[in-house]
Amino acid sequence: MAEAQKPEYWRWLETNWVNPDVNWKDAQFITAGIDVGSVSSQAVIMADGKVYAYGNMRTGSDSPDSARNALKFALERTDMPEAAIHYCIGTGYGRVNVPMADRSVTEIACHARGANFMYGNKVRTVLDVGGQDIKAIRCDDKGKVTNFLMNDKCAAGTGRGMEVFADMLSVHIGDVGDRSFQIDSEPISVSSTCVVYAKSEATNLLRKGLSTNEVLAAYCAAMADRIFSLLERVGIEPEFAITGGMAKNKGVIGRLKKKIGLEPMKTEWDTQLAGGIGGALFGLALCQKGRGRGK
Amino acid sequence: MTSSWRVRTEETQSVSVGKTTRPIQIRPRPEGGLHMITAGIDCGAKNTKTVILKDGKIIGRGSVLTGFDQAQAVKESLEMALKNAGVKQDQIERVGGTGSGAKSIKEADVTVNNIKAIAAAANYFFPNSRTVADVGAEEARAAKVNEKGNVVDFAINDKCAAGAGAFIEAMSRALETPLEELGPLALSSSNAIQLNAQCAIFAESEVVGLIHAKIAKKDISKAIHDAIASRIVSMIRRIGVHPDVVLFGGVAHNPGFVGALQRELGLEKVYIPELPEYAAATGAAAVAAQNGR
Repeated sequence: MAEAQKPEYWRWLETNWVNPDVNWKDAQFITAGIDVGSVSSQAVIMADGKVYAYGNMRTGSDSPDSARNALKFALERTDMPEAAIHYCIGTGYGRVNVPMADRSVTEIACHARGANFMYGNKVRTVLDVGGQDIKAIRCDDKGKVTNFLMNDKCAAGTGRGMEVFADMLSVHIGDVGDRSFQIDSEPISVSSTCVVYAKSEATNLLRKGLSTNEVLAAYCAAMADRIFSLLERVGIEPEFAITGGMAKNKGVIGRLKKKIGLEPMKTEWDTQLAGGIGGALFGLALCQKGRGRGK
Repeated sequence: MTSSWRVRTEETQSVSVGKTTRPIQIRPRPEGGLHMITAGIDCGAKNTKTVILKDGKIIGRGSVLTGFDQAQAVKESLEMALKNAGVKQDQIERVGGTGSGAKSIKEADVTVNNIKAIAAAANYFFPNSRTVADVGAEEARAAKVNEKGNVVDFAINDKCAAGAGAFIEAMSRALETPLEELGPLALSSSNAIQLNAQCAIFAESEVVGLIHAKIAKKDISKAIHDAIASRIVSMIRRIGVHPDVVLFGGVAHNPGFVGALQRELGLEKVYIPELPEYAAATGAAAVAAQNGR
């Protein structure tokens, strides 16, 4: 069966970046954090605690390959060889499968640490909405985890759920947020928790005459409800920051913000990098304690 | 008649539904009890089924896709069943309605919930049964039944596709294998691999990953059926497994699921009636024959 090439609406932009102000040759310690998530993988390279380069791409079917590709992608625009890295931390869902990692650290710890770097030490509550899980993390001023709650069993409220919806409604994932606000009045949110049932509910809504934008709004609102209930259980203490890919979705975050009544902190960094940055910082701390693998 | 239901008379019977006990009134049985023609309509998430009972015997069945217009589906399935039974609508003395779309059954003289319907059906098909599970397209239920066919305890999953027929459907899409072939395929495997994901959405990606890892289709199929069976069994365990166990619902047609369920329950046999998807409708028809509105 020759299947017509369907546009991949869920496909988000893969990016890499190099910091022009940092010269890796001057650095005492170069550390890397490789976050192999269920949907995306990031490699962050830090030189003495400054972000030098990163690569952010989609996770493939094979974790070691995804880790290698992400690191290669991060180094692509630099003149730094992979061997220059002093210490490498693997984190995320596929952390035990990062072949170049000297050590693995859980993604909870890395996200708290990374958020502390990205948003400053005032952050106390970190919400990470990833591809296949949601984590609500409470941390102290050093980025140390004090409490956390996690949903990794169910696609409701995760990035994967949003991808499924974007695909079904033929809307590019990057446009979901904006389009969900192009409506006359806010519709009732989708009531089904399960993404499978939410899909049939959305089909019903479309048949009832709701526009695609309204259905997107109804789903964004449902997602905000889901995320909020998790946050509520761990308790929200300001300052509050959101990491992960969903932080880029204005449709969900805008609605979540209204429910919490708290403005999330802003950062110049790509929100998907929190895990990788946290990993690289853990690596740096180990090197500074003299527990790195040495030059 | 304002609060007559509060008075516990011989005609009032207590039905325990979950944690609440709610008395329902039983009117004196019509002349002859079951000796009448009744219809039971089960308006489900996917299909609407009708069963015609005459003197306690099934004489006709009808099933149509529910689609978006539930009332229309109810009408069509009733017409189909009447035609199948060779009776006219005015010969039907009572109609019982059930299912997630029970509100759309205007023809119903008595409406019962799913749990009561499957309990009555379990009693109708297998009077010795004490545990009944019903696995439908979007819901799964289990009920503990006493010897009269009354509900003692129950559990429902209507929130998550991972514990309903929709799970196997989604997996058959991911595996690009027709639903009918998936069950027999599972029986041909003896390799135990496990699906880690619970969510149907995540399991879909996991199945694609297993295909890429060159795992045999039959082994993946077995893993799929084991996964859903373990979730159904954990639901049944919440109310306790008391033999004999009866299985209803369209998913009971799937030999892969039935095999996995028996294995998981540690039972030699679970009892399945002929055409298990009509069970709730049969239960509703039986209830209609027993009590009035």
